Amino acid sequence: MDLILTPEEEAFRLEVRAFLAAEVPEEVKRKTMTGFRLSKEEHVSWQKKLYEKGWVAPGWPVEHGGTGWTPMQKHLFEEECAAAGAPPVIAFGVTMVAPVIMAFGNDAQKGYYLPRILRSDDWWCQGYSEPGSGSDLASLRTKAVLNGDHYVVNGQKTWTSLAQHANLMFCLTRTEDTGKRQEGITFLLIDMEQPGVTVQPITTIDGSQEINNVFLEDVKVPVENRIGEEGKGWTYAKYLLGHERTGIAAVGRSKAQLKRLKTIASAEQHEGQALIEDANFREKIAEIEIDLLALESLVLRVLSDESSGKGPGPEASFLKIRGTEVQQGITELLVEAVGNYAHPYVPDAMKTGWNEDPIGPEHAASIAPHYFNWRKASIYGGSNEIQKNIIAKAVLGF
Amino acid sequence: MRAGGGARTIEDFMSFAFNDDQKMLAESADRFMLDDYAFETRRKIMSMDEGFSREVWSQFAELGWLALPIPEEHGGLGGSTVDTAVLMECFGRGLVVEPYMGTVVLGAGFVAAAGSDAQKGEILAGVAEGRTLLGFAHIEPKARFTLSHVETTATKDGAGYVLNGDKAIVHNADAADYLIVSARTAGATTDSDGVTLFLVDRKAEGVELRSYPTIDGLRASEIKFSGVKLGADAVIGDVDGAMPVIEAVVDRANVLLCAEAAGAMDAAVKLTVEYLKTRVQFGRPIGDFQVLQHRSVEMLGAKEYSRALTYRAAGVMDVANARDRARAVSAAKVEMGRAGKKIGQDGVQLHGGMGMTEDMAVGHYFKRLTMIDMLFGNTDHHLRRFARLA
Repeated sequence: MDLILTPEEEAFRLEVRAFLAAEVPEEVKRKTMTGFRLSKEEHVSWQKKLYEKGWVAPGWPVEHGGTGWTPMQKHLFEEECAAAGAPPVIAFGVTMVAPVIMAFGNDAQKGYYLPRILRSDDWWCQGYSEPGSGSDLASLRTKAVLNGDHYVVNGQKTWTSLAQHANLMFCLTRTEDTGKRQEGITFLLIDMEQPGVTVQPITTIDGSQEINNVFLEDVKVPVENRIGEEGKGWTYAKYLLGHERTGIAAVGRSKAQLKRLKTIASAEQHEGQALIEDANFREKIAEIEIDLLALESLVLRVLSDESSGKGPGPEASFLKIRGTEVQQGITELLVEAVGNYAHPYVPDAMKTGWNEDPIGPEHAASIAPHYFNWRKASIYGGSNEIQKNIIAKAVLGF
Repeated sequence: MRAGGGARTIEDFMSFAFNDDQKMLAESADRFMLDDYAFETRRKIMSMDEGFSREVWSQFAELGWLALPIPEEHGGLGGSTVDTAVLMECFGRGLVVEPYMGTVVLGAGFVAAAGSDAQKGEILAGVAEGRTLLGFAHIEPKARFTLSHVETTATKDGAGYVLNGDKAIVHNADAADYLIVSARTAGATTDSDGVTLFLVDRKAEGVELRSYPTIDGLRASEIKFSGVKLGADAVIGDVDGAMPVIEAVVDRANVLLCAEAAGAMDAAVKLTVEYLKTRVQFGRPIGDFQVLQHRSVEMLGAKEYSRALTYRAAGVMDVANARDRARAVSAAKVEMGRAGKKIGQDGVQLHGGMGMTEDMAVGHYFKRLTMIDMLFGNTDHHLRRFARLA
């Protein structure tokens, strides 16, 4: 059940495919496809290549550097990138803070930050969650006190992905306690290289350190780094969270991972035949594939609504739920496919420059860690339970 | 079931309540876990050279736990599978990393079931007293879960044999004194006939280990056997006839893994409920939300059913014929696999972001439950096995 494309769309797809084949380094492709760690340099280098082509921010308005593509073109681009093993563009700058700066920032902020985001000259991280504020983000307590021409910020952010690479953080702080939690929140852009900013890695159950605690101790943030109005930060935060729901569905990536699953299941021997020949296993793959087809169908509908001017509605929360369930379902089947070789834990095998023989098949090393790591997907970005609450209220009127 | 009459009743086989000895055993083992095997203690133990604590192993010996399933005539306590299941459940709660499965259940299990008097004499008392560690080298790189898939060969060499081949996922092989190794002495790769068990000195010439940590906090090794010379006295049991013994001992091991899983599930459910009652968001404990209460109930139900079926299977292990035993074990393993997945995944999910961190025990239970499912046949493998034995 492939997409039915117009000749122009088909030509576009082939153009993208050719670019990716020429520009994605083999080693980067291998690491992206198998879920191995990419270095900061590898990410930035790839994003700069996309920037040179004019393709780093397909979701941006053309006047700021976007591509002006149709929804189908954006969808095809994502699919081809995933199939080619291109690293996903790090979301914090391009997809998350940039739309907020465009919608609510002043001219100076737009003029300064947007080109730097486009060129990947800055690496952003997201200062939202706190130990006491996860699902209840509005209860956040990081304080920002105005002191003349700057705010003094004190508090702790947690779950800050890739903060170890970041030089900038967009941060929700509390400037006022009005009694109503969503009021009195201020959206600040914080220079991570300031005194008072301490990044402390958190080890997750897969053994990796991609998230961090960020401690802020008397950090000075110039008033110029405030987006929009003091106390109105919650509006901007919600705008950010609601803005990019189709991306988090990651249809292209799931298609590529499903293809990888089939390849691995074809190599795995099971009672004298390939595991993929086992009817039960094949049907389990088919179930996920069908869930993914339905997901893609809704994504295309939402993209189409977006381009005809309708903003992403709360139905977009469905995309996050199923998108993450499909991703997780594929990681589960990958563990089953690798069988006994889910046991060995060889973190060094997932880094550049590891030269030893693999333990078991080469693809085995990242599979179980990736399964455990990916449990985060139904928790982050607004947990799937919260997404259901949103749909219940906003769509069903409960 | 057993042939002949006798005074045994259904209650003897299907005892769902612990007897007094079992109650005492469970109490003392759970106390040990609380006092001497807390989460932080375990973390330190895992970072030791061998990945477990020899001192803890000595304590296990002193407590009689290593002797539990070993026959009395060889220094053991002659405990049943249910007795051992009681202990394994406590090990699951404690996330124990010591090599009980490899040494006591598998290794000593093989020697007790099929060993010669000399082998029993040499090995079993040593295991019971904590002096001797064993590893079971059976799984092979290409075998997946097919128990009779043995490519490792033992070729006749005078009165003895020469061993060649590769074994996979051998837990704690690097600490073992002896390895119980399966090798093919006749037949084709997956033939049931033609497999023989051997007792091999881990330090023998030609035995090469590549050791690694496992994702659930244990240690294991890939082993290469290159021209390892074995005497005739290395054979355990009958030449060419090891498969029935392997099936019986691995079946028992699988039930005991399910018992360990029951303990892990129990702990994961308790931790999750505790978290839900204490984590405050939106001005109240998140356990106030009915959705999360129902999820917790589902987790608890999954654990209850799995545990009940596990003990039922444990009860028939020592008396059932091969077919009944196999069906009981596979049923228990399927139920455990599903329950473990649900409890592991939901345990992490209900802990929110905290569930993803290494610092919280729930993620460790999740990893252990997942790897128990992936050892000696996963859910699908046992579902198929059960269906074929209908």
